[in-house]
Amino acid sequence: MIRKANLTIVHHEKIAESTFLLHVLSEASTLDIKPGQFIHIKIGQDHSHVLRRPISIADVDHTNKIIKIIFKTVGEGTSYLSQQKVGGKIDALLPCGSSYPIDNLTMDHALLIGGGIGVPPLYYLAKQLVEKGVSVTTILGFQTASHVFFEQEFKALGDVYVATNDGSYGHSGFVTDVYHAVKPSFDYYFSCGPTPMLKGITTDLKEKQGYISLEERMGCGVGACFACVIPSVNGGYKKICQQGPVFDASEVILA
Amino acid sequence: MNLSVSLPGLKLKNPIMPASGCFGFGAEYSKFYDLNQLGAIIIKAATAEARYGNPTPRVAETSAGMLNAIGLQNPGVDNIIANELPALSVYDTPIIANVAGSTIEEYEMVAKAFKNTEQVEALELNISCPNVKEGGVQFGTDPYLASEVTKRVKAQSDVPLYVKLSPNVTNIVEIANAVAKAGADGLSMINTLTGMRIDLQTRKPIIANKIGGLSGPAIKPVAIRMIYQVKQQIDIPIIGMGGITCAEDVLEFLLAGANAVAVGTANFENPFICPEIIAELPEVLKKYGFSSVEDAIGKGHINE
Repeated sequence: MIRKANLTIVHHEKIAESTFLLHVLSEASTLDIKPGQFIHIKIGQDHSHVLRRPISIADVDHTNKIIKIIFKTVGEGTSYLSQQKVGGKIDALLPCGSSYPIDNLTMDHALLIGGGIGVPPLYYLAKQLVEKGVSVTTILGFQTASHVFFEQEFKALGDVYVATNDGSYGHSGFVTDVYHAVKPSFDYYFSCGPTPMLKGITTDLKEKQGYISLEERMGCGVGACFACVIPSVNGGYKKICQQGPVFDASEVILA
Repeated sequence: MNLSVSLPGLKLKNPIMPASGCFGFGAEYSKFYDLNQLGAIIIKAATAEARYGNPTPRVAETSAGMLNAIGLQNPGVDNIIANELPALSVYDTPIIANVAGSTIEEYEMVAKAFKNTEQVEALELNISCPNVKEGGVQFGTDPYLASEVTKRVKAQSDVPLYVKLSPNVTNIVEIANAVAKAGADGLSMINTLTGMRIDLQTRKPIIANKIGGLSGPAIKPVAIRMIYQVKQQIDIPIIGMGGITCAEDVLEFLLAGANAVAVGTANFENPFICPEIIAELPEVLKKYGFSSVEDAIGKGHINE
C-alpha cells in the first residue's frame, strides 16, 4: 500500500553526465518495494511546485532500509533534487505503481533492455532475477559515452552489451541493433526506456513475451487524476501510474 | 469548535471536500485515510457514455500551479453508478456528482441517471470544462446557454443543483445571475482558467491538447475576487475553490463569501491535504476571532 514517507538522503553521487544516484533512508520497512515501481517525490518546501516527480527505484537494500534512485536532470524538479545534500529530507509517496511480475513467471534466461534513464529499474530487477537463479543478459543504450552508467554493476550479474547512439562507446547505434547483432536466447524480455525505443523493441520482439515500463508526465501518481494514460489494446486507456508503469508488452499501444 | 455547515440539500460536518477531477471516485484516497473525515466528496465528471479523454501529455507544471487537459475521461454514468459508487456507500459523507455533457440532452441524461441512486445528495453542473471540443465551457460562457442548461437539468433532478462556473468570462456576475434565476440552488466556483505552456526545445505546446486549464495556488486570487463579486450581488450558497492548500486559504474563501470549499490540485502534492486542513481549521478560525465556520462566512464584506 502506498505511504507518504519522509526519507533522509544518506548518499549523493554524480555517476554520469547530468545523472545522479541518491541513497535515501526509509523509516519503514522497504520489503514491500518491488522492481519496476517508482517513488513520487515532492519538489521544494512550499507550493511553487504543485506536481510531484515520479522517479524509478534502482535498487533497495532491505537490511539497511535504503532505497536507491537514479535520475537525470532534465528540468526544474530534477535539478532541485540534484542539489539536495546528504542529511536532507525527501517527501515521497511509495511504493507506487506495478512491478515486473517475476514471481509469476518461470524462466531460465531473461533479456533486459534499458535505454538512458530507463536503465535504473532494470538493475533492481536484474538482482532479483539472479537471486532466483535466472541468467540475465542486459543491453544498455545511451546517447553518448559520458552518459553511460552501471555497466560494471550489471556485469557483476551477467552478460552486458552497451550501445551509444553516436558510437562513442561500445556498439554504435540503438539497443535494437545490438539485439540483432548478438541474438541472445531468452524466455522473457523486460525493458524500460524512451517510448521510441520501446516501440522498436516491442515491434522487433513481437513473437516473444515481454514486459515494458513506461514514462509519462504524471499528476497525482496514485490513479485518481487520469493525467498519465496509455491506449490499451482492449480499447480505452490504462493508467500508467497505477495500472503501470510496467505493462505486458501486448496490452498497450505505443505511439 | 463547530465546523458544520448547512447548504441546500447538504448537511456537512465540515466545509472541506475534494474537488471534482482531483480525487477520482474516492477509491485511491480511501487507502490513505478514512473518507468519513471529509465534509463531502465531489466525484469525477460523468458523461452519458464512456469518454477516453485527450492524448498525452495531459498535464504540465506552472509556477505555483499546473495545466491539465484530461478531457473528461470517465467510464460513463451507468458504469460509475454500477462500479464506482458502491465503494463509497460505506461512508456517511455526502456525495456530489459532477454532471458533464456535449449537449443539453446529454446533461439531462446524466442527471436523470443519478436520480435513481440514493447515494448522490447533490449535483454539480459542469458547464466550465475548458478541455473538450464540444459543450463544456461553451455553456459556461454564455448567460443564455448557462441558464437553459441549468433549467433543463434542474427539471430532471430532485437533488440540489450547484452550477460550476468558468472564470473564463468578462463578467462573472452576469453568468452567476443567469444560473441563479434559472433555478440553481448554489454555485461552485471557480473551474480552471485556460492557459498554455510552450516547450523551448521542441517549440510546441507541452500539453497535447495545446490549451489546458490552470489550477493551483496561482489562481487563488482570481477565485477570491470572483466569489467576492458574486456574493456582493447575489444571495446564493457558494462552494468555493481555486488553489486552496491550507486552513488560512479556507478562511479567506469563507470571508469572500464561500459557504464551503473544495480542494483540488493540492491533493496531488499531498494526498492527506484534506484531513490536514480539517484538523488545522479550528485553530485558524479561533486565531482570527471566529467561533464557528458559519460565523466566518461572508465576513469579508464590509457594509459601505
